Amino acid sequence: MQSLTLGPIIYHWKPEERRDFYARIADEAPVGTVYLGEVICSKRTPYFEGDYPEIIERLERGGKQVVLSSLSEVVLKREREMLAAICDTEGHEIEINNTAGLLDVAERPHRVGPLMNIYNEETMRYLAGKGATHFSLPVELPAAVVGEMAKAAKDLGVGVEVQVFGRASLAVSARCYHARAHCRTKDNCQFVCEEDPDGMPLKTVTGQSFLTINGIQTLSHSYVNLAGETDEMQAMGVTHFRLLPQRVDMVAVARVFADRISGAIDAGEADARLAMLAMPAPFSNGFWHGQQGRRQFGPKVA
Amino acid sequence: MKRPELVCPAGTPAALRTAVEAGADAVYCGFQNATNARNFPGLNFTPEEMQASVAHAHEHGTKVLLAVNTFPTAGRFNLWREAVDMGAKFGVDAFIVADIGVADYVKRTYPNIRLHLSVQAAASSPEAIRYYAREFGVKRVVLPRILTVPEIKKLAGEIPCEIETFIFGNHGLMVEGRCSLTNYVTGLSTNMDGVCSPAADVHYDKQPDGSVTTRLADFTIDSFAPDEQAGYPTICKGRYNAPNRPDAYYAFEEPISLNLSGLLPALIEAGVDAFKIEGRQRSRAYVKSAVSAFRKAVDSILAGQEPELADLLALTEGQKQTEGAFKTKKWR
Repeated sequence: MQSLTLGPIIYHWKPEERRDFYARIADEAPVGTVYLGEVICSKRTPYFEGDYPEIIERLERGGKQVVLSSLSEVVLKREREMLAAICDTEGHEIEINNTAGLLDVAERPHRVGPLMNIYNEETMRYLAGKGATHFSLPVELPAAVVGEMAKAAKDLGVGVEVQVFGRASLAVSARCYHARAHCRTKDNCQFVCEEDPDGMPLKTVTGQSFLTINGIQTLSHSYVNLAGETDEMQAMGVTHFRLLPQRVDMVAVARVFADRISGAIDAGEADARLAMLAMPAPFSNGFWHGQQGRRQFGPKVA
Repeated sequence: MKRPELVCPAGTPAALRTAVEAGADAVYCGFQNATNARNFPGLNFTPEEMQASVAHAHEHGTKVLLAVNTFPTAGRFNLWREAVDMGAKFGVDAFIVADIGVADYVKRTYPNIRLHLSVQAAASSPEAIRYYAREFGVKRVVLPRILTVPEIKKLAGEIPCEIETFIFGNHGLMVEGRCSLTNYVTGLSTNMDGVCSPAADVHYDKQPDGSVTTRLADFTIDSFAPDEQAGYPTICKGRYNAPNRPDAYYAFEEPISLNLSGLLPALIEAGVDAFKIEGRQRSRAYVKSAVSAFRKAVDSILAGQEPELADLLALTEGQKQTEGAFKTKKWR
């Protein structure tokens, strides 16, 4: 399924877990594109970047297009160098997640990632005029806005992608909240985020599951699930659908969404199949419906 | 020594006059709608008020910087265009913008009016700032509150535009322009609607034992003992539990305000061109005290004297202050 994509792993998974994960994706997941790269924390990359050539080869042999994703926060020298290295990479498309990445890529085709603030058709038009070919939209955009963006994307001849599965990224910071929870700082974090491969849960003092911490990133507790909304997206011209890797059977998740997008199953069957996968968090689709992001609306509610 | 501009908040016409009187070199303000990042009820300017206020400020030699610094959503771009057009008509001295589409509109339509890059654009590297300077002719960047003074000094040599730093007020933790926490909980977006922890969703629930639980919509943000003062429930200033933190802790930051009065000489020396006081949502009394105090401090530094620093603690959130990221990398 060319229109189904797999976003980058945003958590700090162990190198062997990453290799195994991508081997299985390469062989079994019906996704057309895999975004690969560290988007959250520049300190993590030495652990696994040496494995990238092998992972890329494996994914490409499995028929997937590999796009290299870049950092969302670019402040320190090491982060600026990482970004520059990705922008200089030949042979693969790149996805930019920080404006710093736009400085030198004007001359080559590039994708604009979901952590960039692309909220309207004017910004899309401007960046498309400077070489952007594909836009993954921010997760908080409601259907009406995505519809306008998809219209503009069609006129401009660029792709438009929406996250349909996985936790919603709600905020990023310069401060590492994983380190803070362990009374450390970003510089001496000792990689405690590795202990939480699906993020660290934050509960309210009255016991409500609320947010999820992933280093400098704050995510929703709920998993976004727009399996019921893909018909509407296809009708409005959304070209690609992104799954964000979570600690669940992502091959099974990809199969559900591929069947849903191809029209083989309806929303009810997609929900039933996803329900069997023992998700560790409730679903939400409120952002799509222009409401509180945390809420989950049934098919009749809009 | 370079004379830094003192940039002061003006949430209302009255606050603007107060800031002008207290010695602001420039004030920043916005219209009464989603085009600016402090879209609170009872705040901001009607077109008529803006026109009169610009005239008043200019009569007293104070510049007016118009904040048009939220992100228009597709289909609503006209509202931002109108805000810019009105600002130009009224003679504002600069636009503060974050969105690339809005920046492009200003550059094409009003090439002679200065463009400042809002903190909402979160430009935190020389590359990002150079991008905005090259593409849109940005003349000044408002830096995110995440860099140390030595990092700012280094940055100043690597970018072709002026630097404005926050020196007092709210201590935002999340990268500005990249926070959807409020929208997740309330359905109103900081980026799209200019709203953070809207008052309409705030609840103070008094418990039988006299303690107070604060909520934003359905989620508990904090809990206060009977003898504690309950703070405003802002998600990133709340107390939560994590698996290894069975006792509630400030997962992001405690309620605290930024106060860089002690770092002003170092910031001037680092090459900072403008100092920004946060607080368009605050009272006239706050504006008067904060602006007067920093006017005095900056003037005495420029005169080569020890800065006389008034006690600003009373104006801070939770009566606590910090030099945050400016002081040390350990903040991160």
